[in-house]
Amino acid sequence: MRRLKHFLCREKVAGYVFIMPFIIGLFVFTVMPFFTSLYLAFTSYNILTPPKWVGLENFRTMFFKDKLFWQSFWVTFKFAFIQVPIKLLFSLAVAIVLSKKTKAISFYRAAFYIPSLMGASVAIALTWQQLFSYHGAINGILTALGIAPVKWLNNPSTALGVLIALGVWQFGSSMLIFLAAIKNVPSSYHEAAIVDGAGPVRRFFTIVLPMITPIIFFNLVNQTIGAFQAFNSSYLITQGKPLNTTLYYGVHLYNRAFVYSEMGYGSAMAWFMLLVIAIFTAFIFRSSSAWVYYESEGN
Amino acid sequence: MSIATKRLHSIRRTRRRNTVIYHFLMSAFCFAMLYPLLWMLASSLKPNTDIFVSVSSLIPHPLTFENYINGWKGFAGISFGVFFRNSLVIALLHSFGCTLSASIVAFGFARIRFPGRNVWFVSMILTMMLPGQVMMIPRFILFHKLGWVGTFLPMTVPAFFGGAFNIFLVMQFIRGIPRYMDEAARIDGCSWYGIYFYIILPLIVPALVTVMVLSFIGSWGDFMGSLLYLNTPQKYTVAYALKLFSDSSFTDFGATFAMSVLSMIPILIIFFVFQRNLIEGISLSGVKG
Repeated sequence: MRRLKHFLCREKVAGYVFIMPFIIGLFVFTVMPFFTSLYLAFTSYNILTPPKWVGLENFRTMFFKDKLFWQSFWVTFKFAFIQVPIKLLFSLAVAIVLSKKTKAISFYRAAFYIPSLMGASVAIALTWQQLFSYHGAINGILTALGIAPVKWLNNPSTALGVLIALGVWQFGSSMLIFLAAIKNVPSSYHEAAIVDGAGPVRRFFTIVLPMITPIIFFNLVNQTIGAFQAFNSSYLITQGKPLNTTLYYGVHLYNRAFVYSEMGYGSAMAWFMLLVIAIFTAFIFRSSSAWVYYESEGN
Repeated sequence: MSIATKRLHSIRRTRRRNTVIYHFLMSAFCFAMLYPLLWMLASSLKPNTDIFVSVSSLIPHPLTFENYINGWKGFAGISFGVFFRNSLVIALLHSFGCTLSASIVAFGFARIRFPGRNVWFVSMILTMMLPGQVMMIPRFILFHKLGWVGTFLPMTVPAFFGGAFNIFLVMQFIRGIPRYMDEAARIDGCSWYGIYFYIILPLIVPALVTVMVLSFIGSWGDFMGSLLYLNTPQKYTVAYALKLFSDSSFTDFGATFAMSVLSMIPILIIFFVFQRNLIEGISLSGVKG
């Protein structure tokens, strides 16, 4: 017993005792599923009968036969590339405005942050659906302004826009991250620039913006990965309609894997998505040396 | 009045005018941001026949609570009380698991030097970048094999094994605690377990509250987990029940709005009580997308 106690108190052992929950979780809930998924991508599997090895068949179906695969891929692509820049510009702009004044800021901050706290919920999705329905409040306001109502969710050219709007509406958390970063810029830099006669606009572009590029980078990576994996808004609001113009990749994957029980095909789709996300993340990382400024290395 | 004071007055006047314009614009923007939530609340208090008639009005007239009474009855003979209890059980277990495991693992990473620490730390960071969709199918198969489908276990047990974001957040906090405190305790013969329990744990309570609040909110709103793993109405969470409720009673919009409002209340209460922890937590790590 004493020897056990002595053993557990050695630094090397104690370290492993503390991170043991993480190690177990890593193997059981991440590493094992990761390789299972890779294996399943090359099989036909419906969970009831054992998986059958089919080689590259799933990928062949994906690229050449499944029209909805490419459709959902482009929808997700469009969603990510419209939503992420708008959301980031928006959150940066609001963060700049909020960083100036001090009075009532906590009230505004709360009001802007609340939507991102609940935006992904079912309640908001259902409300959004009714807000943009033909008899909904948005058309009500448009009619009051003398503008003809729009069939937002039934029109192939506007439906995705409604979902993008829901995503942009949740800009609060990235705004908070920007706000914290802007406040971290040392005031001595500002003072020095003021002495040199730089106005607020000039100071923003030459001091604040370069200083917060690492945070812009962080938000960009985070939001892009998040947007590629979007699921709830399409599944709950439009179910991919109209004409599959809002069918996210994640929803298509879910349908194939869980509605049609094609777990092998679903795994192949998931791996393709993993590769696409990896390539984009690598691309953002590679480009970062050109536009992200790290204080420790530069001057 | 001298020219100088005149100028001072006019500067003050423009400044005051700018402040008024600033607050006017910000309030208008706030109103637009909160409009969907206010509209949901107003619609839940209108008689069902009125919702889309007086659609853009935010003041319910006449005001009624019948939607709340009708909605609370739920569906399949199960009231929303059951769904709320289920969501609460899952969210509490989930957030407790996240907090406990994050505090333990973060202490190990932040304070103890052991061989292989960097390898484990890097693998933890890598799990943060792994898209959830790759994990969805194999995890479902795992839980299916374990016989956990149809129970709360898939949504609660993994929390006890540490999430990377939570560990990272607590680690950042522990790093800010001066090391001489643990060194003094070690000289006095305190073991690592004692240092964790008596020194670090009391000091990281603010970080743990942040983790608890964020994971509670995440679990409360989680729709995917319920969609994948729950298959009997007795076990449904509020999020999932709300979706099915709106599908089954698509003419009774009022009741759906009423239950939507109720489903948001726990989040709102938590937000107002723990606002500081939440905002600091997000600013520190950007946990929520």
